[in-house]
Amino acid sequence: MTVASQSPPTLRAPEVGLSRAGRSAQELAGASRKMDVAGVDFFYGAKQALFGIQLAVPEHCVTALIGPSGCGKSTLLRCLNRMNDMIEGTRIEGVVTLDGHDIYAPRVDVVELRKRVGMVFQKSNPFPKSIFENVAYGPRVAGERNKSRLYEIAERCLQQAALWNEVKDRLDESALALSGGQQQRLCIARALATEPQVLLMDEPASALDPASTSRIEDLIFELKDRYTIVIVTHNMQQAARVSDQTAFFYEGALIEAGRTTELFTKPKKKQTEDYITGRFG
Amino acid sequence: MSRSATGDSLSSGRSYLASRVFGWVCAAATAVCVLALVGLISTVVVHGAPWVSWTLLTQPTSLDPEKAGIYPALVGSVWLIAITALFSIPTGVGAAIYLEEYAGASWWRRSVQLNISNLAGVPSIVYGILGLGLFVRAMALERSVLAGALTLSLVVLPIVILATQEALRSVPSTIRQASYALGATRWQTISRQVLPAALPGVMTGVILAIARALGEAAPLVAVGAAVAVWHTPVSVLDEFSALPLQIFTWAADAQKEFHGLASAAILVLLTLLIALNAGAVFVRAKWGRRIKW
Repeated sequence: MTVASQSPPTLRAPEVGLSRAGRSAQELAGASRKMDVAGVDFFYGAKQALFGIQLAVPEHCVTALIGPSGCGKSTLLRCLNRMNDMIEGTRIEGVVTLDGHDIYAPRVDVVELRKRVGMVFQKSNPFPKSIFENVAYGPRVAGERNKSRLYEIAERCLQQAALWNEVKDRLDESALALSGGQQQRLCIARALATEPQVLLMDEPASALDPASTSRIEDLIFELKDRYTIVIVTHNMQQAARVSDQTAFFYEGALIEAGRTTELFTKPKKKQTEDYITGRFG
Repeated sequence: MSRSATGDSLSSGRSYLASRVFGWVCAAATAVCVLALVGLISTVVVHGAPWVSWTLLTQPTSLDPEKAGIYPALVGSVWLIAITALFSIPTGVGAAIYLEEYAGASWWRRSVQLNISNLAGVPSIVYGILGLGLFVRAMALERSVLAGALTLSLVVLPIVILATQEALRSVPSTIRQASYALGATRWQTISRQVLPAALPGVMTGVILAIARALGEAAPLVAVGAAVAVWHTPVSVLDEFSALPLQIFTWAADAQKEFHGLASAAILVLLTLLIALNAGAVFVRAKWGRRIKW
């Protein structure tokens, strides 16, 4: 065997998916700032988890947050719809805005914020109810009672989440009878039903098989024309395939952020290069 | 280390004596429990079965054992557990929801929690004395069904609260997070997701608490419930008796026939308790299966 003739695979940067071209540099630069993170420090009790994060989230683009475990990328994601409020003893400093409005301002209605900034979790977490009831939950808690209107919403969202054809004949069956990949797409459909402007995804495909992962990625790519998406992922190929902008985190700090194609091919920082070429993390 | 005579064979000369002895000891402990229960039930059945009759179920107590029945006590017990359920379920479930979903991790919550856990272990006679002072005397409810039921409510409240808390805690936090992330308020999250998911556990706890109330005698003695009543209560302020009290009275009687009647009444009480427990098992099995995580 001639090992020497092969270049070590771990030192090769992931290929950028050219079949699905991301936003061009001009498009990315021209996109308005849907969300803006400015000087954010975050604390779990006395332990600081984020250090002075600066990041703009461009509208109708996919922003990927990458980095090794415990680097703070999920924490930042949860700051964007104030899910960290539910954890006791946490504290945030700095400013996070949605369309220029500070989401941590004192009079902000968190319920309204979460309707606009939806979230899909790492582990699919459908409610122990029927498929229809899962998708209808968001509109229902927002006050929609008209059953036929709810069915319209459910059909539209399940179609957007590429699940409609698989479940249209069994909307009244338990969501827990679906496969893992279907459950995760149901959770995406459920998040879309509140008509959010921003969709946060916390490693949405990490527990799924390759076929399901690929479907979720296709979906993310299609959804970005309607929604602004922020996705946390451990999988750098995935970040390269689906995102327009990538931000690399390390030990609670944002090391580098930029257009995905450039970050993966011409990283400016040594740490970024080491991480994306697989030298650590 | 030298090889033993058996060489590479997997068979060994060790007998694992300690391990086997421990197994026997545990089996013996189980046998003691089973024997005690079998002995108890068979004694009651042997003594009581001849006395189980239509007269027993439909007549009030009498000086003549042949004509004596438990009807007023049985109806009194039904009144008691109905009123107890009315007071203890909303209060207990409400307190559990407050502690689990609203209170947060404050010193206040911890001290309340500690008190409730301790109250579950307080002997029921202590509640009886409290009921006597508070309901019978201070609130002037006299020796009424209401006073008895309120006292029993105090006895079972910690049980309802702890069982409900356990059920609420078993609902995965991912369900709450999913609900909040969809723009639901705390009230919507609790009423539409958490409580329905916790319902089988809550129901089980409630039924067990009611079974406990049905079997209690000591607090009723303390609040001065009547031991011999010929009329069933028609309002919450009427005098009452209860099955455990009737059993207690008959068992203490000098006439031997009444001991048989006491056993028969125990059989009725046991049947009710088993029915309630079976109800709890049924609820858990039927509702629990619908919700899988």
